[in-house]
Amino acid sequence: MQWETVIGLEVHVQLATQSKIFSGASTAFGADPNTQACAVDLGMPGVLPVLNEQAVAMAVQFGLAIHAEIPEVSVFDRKNYFYPDLPKGYQTSQMYHPIVGPGEVEIGLDDGTTKRIRVHHAHLEEDAGKSLHEDFHGMTGIDLNRAGTPLLEIVSEPDMRSAKEAAAYLKAIHSIVTYLGISDGNMAEGSMRCDVNVSVRPRGQAEFGTRAEIKNVNSFRFVERAIEFEVERQIELIEDGGEVVQETRLFDPERDETRSMRTKEEANDYRYFPCPDLLPVVLDAAYVDHLRESLPELPDEKRARFQGELGLSAYDAGVLAASREMAEYFEVVKDTCGDAKQAANWVQGELSGALNREGLSIHDSPVSATQLGGLISRVMDDTINGKAAKQVFQALWNGQGVSADEVIEAKGLKQVTDSGAIEAMIDQVIGDSPAQVAQYRDAEPEKRGKMIGYFVGQVMKASRGTANPQQVNALLKDKLDALC
Amino acid sequence: MALEHADVLRAAHLARLGLSDEDATHYLDDLGRILEMVDHLQALNTEGIAPLAHPLDATQRLRADEVTETDRRDHFQRCAPAVENGLYLVPRVVE
Repeated sequence: MQWETVIGLEVHVQLATQSKIFSGASTAFGADPNTQACAVDLGMPGVLPVLNEQAVAMAVQFGLAIHAEIPEVSVFDRKNYFYPDLPKGYQTSQMYHPIVGPGEVEIGLDDGTTKRIRVHHAHLEEDAGKSLHEDFHGMTGIDLNRAGTPLLEIVSEPDMRSAKEAAAYLKAIHSIVTYLGISDGNMAEGSMRCDVNVSVRPRGQAEFGTRAEIKNVNSFRFVERAIEFEVERQIELIEDGGEVVQETRLFDPERDETRSMRTKEEANDYRYFPCPDLLPVVLDAAYVDHLRESLPELPDEKRARFQGELGLSAYDAGVLAASREMAEYFEVVKDTCGDAKQAANWVQGELSGALNREGLSIHDSPVSATQLGGLISRVMDDTINGKAAKQVFQALWNGQGVSADEVIEAKGLKQVTDSGAIEAMIDQVIGDSPAQVAQYRDAEPEKRGKMIGYFVGQVMKASRGTANPQQVNALLKDKLDALC
Repeated sequence: MALEHADVLRAAHLARLGLSDEDATHYLDDLGRILEMVDHLQALNTEGIAPLAHPLDATQRLRADEVTETDRRDHFQRCAPAVENGLYLVPRVVE
């Protein structure tokens, strides 16, 4: 039987505010346990939450970026459950009137086409604390620094049909939130995590199969692997005559499998109700318009401009627009050298290669965008040839010189285009290589093209790589053929 | 909706409240009467009336995103039954 996979994602994005969603405690990562948990975060009696305006603004910016409706009124609800890292006994969340209504995110597929994934809604909520189950004499240690950190939960419709699409969607969300600067998107530190809902159904069937929810997946790669495993598990189960149970599962990256999280399934009963400590949040049109006007250029728009205005290929435009830092770097290179295609080639070729080798992000590149732009300009105006350009790049990478011009001058890499000088070098090489000249002369004319390589190499060596290779080629051919 | 003894025990369990059978019988009566009142309210015709999220006719004030709290861990942990290395200790939570 042909099976179809149906996937929906709930992505939790930690918003990059200074203080918590309902209190003035710091959200900085890595502080000593409980030094950033104030009376509000601890759920002390008599405290009242006050909503952080920046968290609201960031949520609305996200909504605008995915072309979502922004309802005038949103309401906070209490989601009640009992767990020690949730000292209030409820999580303040938005169940019925979220701050961001339906929107959509465009993802790029491998075949070059795009697909729209609908977002059901996005809501604001607070994060819980952290439980440490290591050795505390049989007790559990609780750190509430994270309690009250603002989260935006982005809930998709079940529109994805493969693990690849799910990963592409997660990457698109990552790219949007980092472009907006509303999250650092650091998955390793938990700034972005997702719950994956997966089900399978026979191809062509309209209704969905029973889904399993995989909790807390925290990398792009794990999302793909968790889904691939889970799909296979469900298909095998059904084909063996079993039934998928609706349950929460955990992905174990070490064993590459998902496992049921609860042995005794107790149906969740969160008893949501409107939070009496918080009033409805009302956003007027002027406020939303103001935020709309202040939105930066977003990945989709940038990709379209790179392709349309700058004439880059869809692939190049996609890679360069994927992260804001990469796009900004590329644009400075392009503006400095004045040629988008050359800039794209260098950023994705030499630069990305070197960054990958050293495990650096573009943010930490030893070669600045202006330096790289300056280098490309010198290739384009024929001051240096391609080989010398690589040497200049390496020198800049190693910090030997502040600009391409300085390196070119210091290392004497300026391209020799004076044909008199090149001819003199050629004469020298020909004079020094009687055996090779004889071979060339005796060879069939159609084989001579290949044999000329030896002479080109010698001349380039004699010029220490600075001769113009096209000129060397042409002059050599003339001189050698004159000897035949 | 008629409330049953088991419903009271279940609600108490969800809130981690320890109720004796006798307590539960008592609450069954109290809560039953509260729910009766809710039934009265449910009977009203509310068509065309927007649901009320809050009894105060006001909207939420927002605060500037500034860190205003300082570290008062020692103070807060004075009322905790057990702490270690800055952590609050609670009975083991086993998943």
